[in-house]
Amino acid sequence: MAMLHVVNKSPYDARNLDTASSIMKSDDSLLLIEDGVYGAVKKGKAASLLGGHKVSVLGPDLAARGISEDKLIDGVEVIDYAGFVDLVEANDKVQSWL
Amino acid sequence: MSEVTKKFMYINRKAPYGTIYAWEALEVILIGAAFEQDVSVTFMDDGVYQLMKGQDTTGIGMKNFSPTYAALGDFEITKIYVEKESLEERGLSLDDLQHLVWEDEDEDWAEKDSIRLVSRAELADVLADQDVLFNF
Amino acid sequence: MKLTIQVNEGPYQHQSADTAYYFTKAALEKGHEIFRVFFYHDGVNNGTRLTTPPQDDRNIVKRWSDLAKEHDLDMVLCVAAAQRRGIVDDGEAERNGKDATNIAEGFRISGLGQLVEGGIQSDRLVVFGD
Repeated sequence: MAMLHVVNKSPYDARNLDTASSIMKSDDSLLLIEDGVYGAVKKGKAASLLGGHKVSVLGPDLAARGISEDKLIDGVEVIDYAGFVDLVEANDKVQSWL
Repeated sequence: MSEVTKKFMYINRKAPYGTIYAWEALEVILIGAAFEQDVSVTFMDDGVYQLMKGQDTTGIGMKNFSPTYAALGDFEITKIYVEKESLEERGLSLDDLQHLVWEDEDEDWAEKDSIRLVSRAELADVLADQDVLFNF
Repeated sequence: MKLTIQVNEGPYQHQSADTAYYFTKAALEKGHEIFRVFFYHDGVNNGTRLTTPPQDDRNIVKRWSDLAKEHDLDMVLCVAAAQRRGIVDDGEAERNGKDATNIAEGFRISGLGQLVEGGIQSDRLVVFGD
């Protein structure tokens, strides 16, 4: 049973990404939304937390924050709200790390 | 009340009193108890602070709701997971927390511990086994 | 897929009320069923009729009301959370001696059991909050 982990806080403000990335299992997926998208910026310290995980980022939240896709670490999938819905469907349950 | 039985996990990650989440989460847990699901509760990150003994809220004028945790056993909530790493990094041990118990009617009402101290890795397995995850 | 959405924060203060709305809308557009949208904690403030957002900004409350109307959604404000934060419908006004009501169209006030039931009856529970 695979889980979708959702993180909506900046890793430089809160430890939610820390917790999520350390508890995730290999089949699980991670979705960064809202302020959580800052975690996917390459060269940021938090980027190392994402290594080895399946990571998606909500495109509208990136754009709102002026983060162009070329600023993201490799291997991150940029999705929209429809993609968010698909991720929820593809996983058995959702864990929102509020 | 329902023919479907799901594994419900209520996850508490916030400290009490600074925000309302701890109390309002408890309200869901108590009401949810009537729905006869397979319920577990997790305390991790700052959520472990909710279970600390000796809370005295008279000075801040808020209702001290910590006695409610002791009643969880009466609501047939017997699986309470406390994450070890969360306790340790906060300089706490189980001794700092309330001793929560439930009475097993199948064993002559013998008192049993409700709290299960688990590592983060063990907790990951527990969470993976659930059907529905509530967060506050 | 049958979904229950839980919204834990009020309009404007946190982005969660917005994200929850866009997620719910996307799910409906994909043909999924929204069993219930349940508003808890400050999330009940999504259900006040009395907001006056700036003209050039989104009207969060109205957006929910419109979505509910278009798709016949069940949008529930938790009664205990609503009482605490002053969101009142006719029943609550009468029961608690309030001289006004302020609940927005498309919302109803009910108990936490509605959230629990959502968890039981839905395929997925998705929580938006802080």
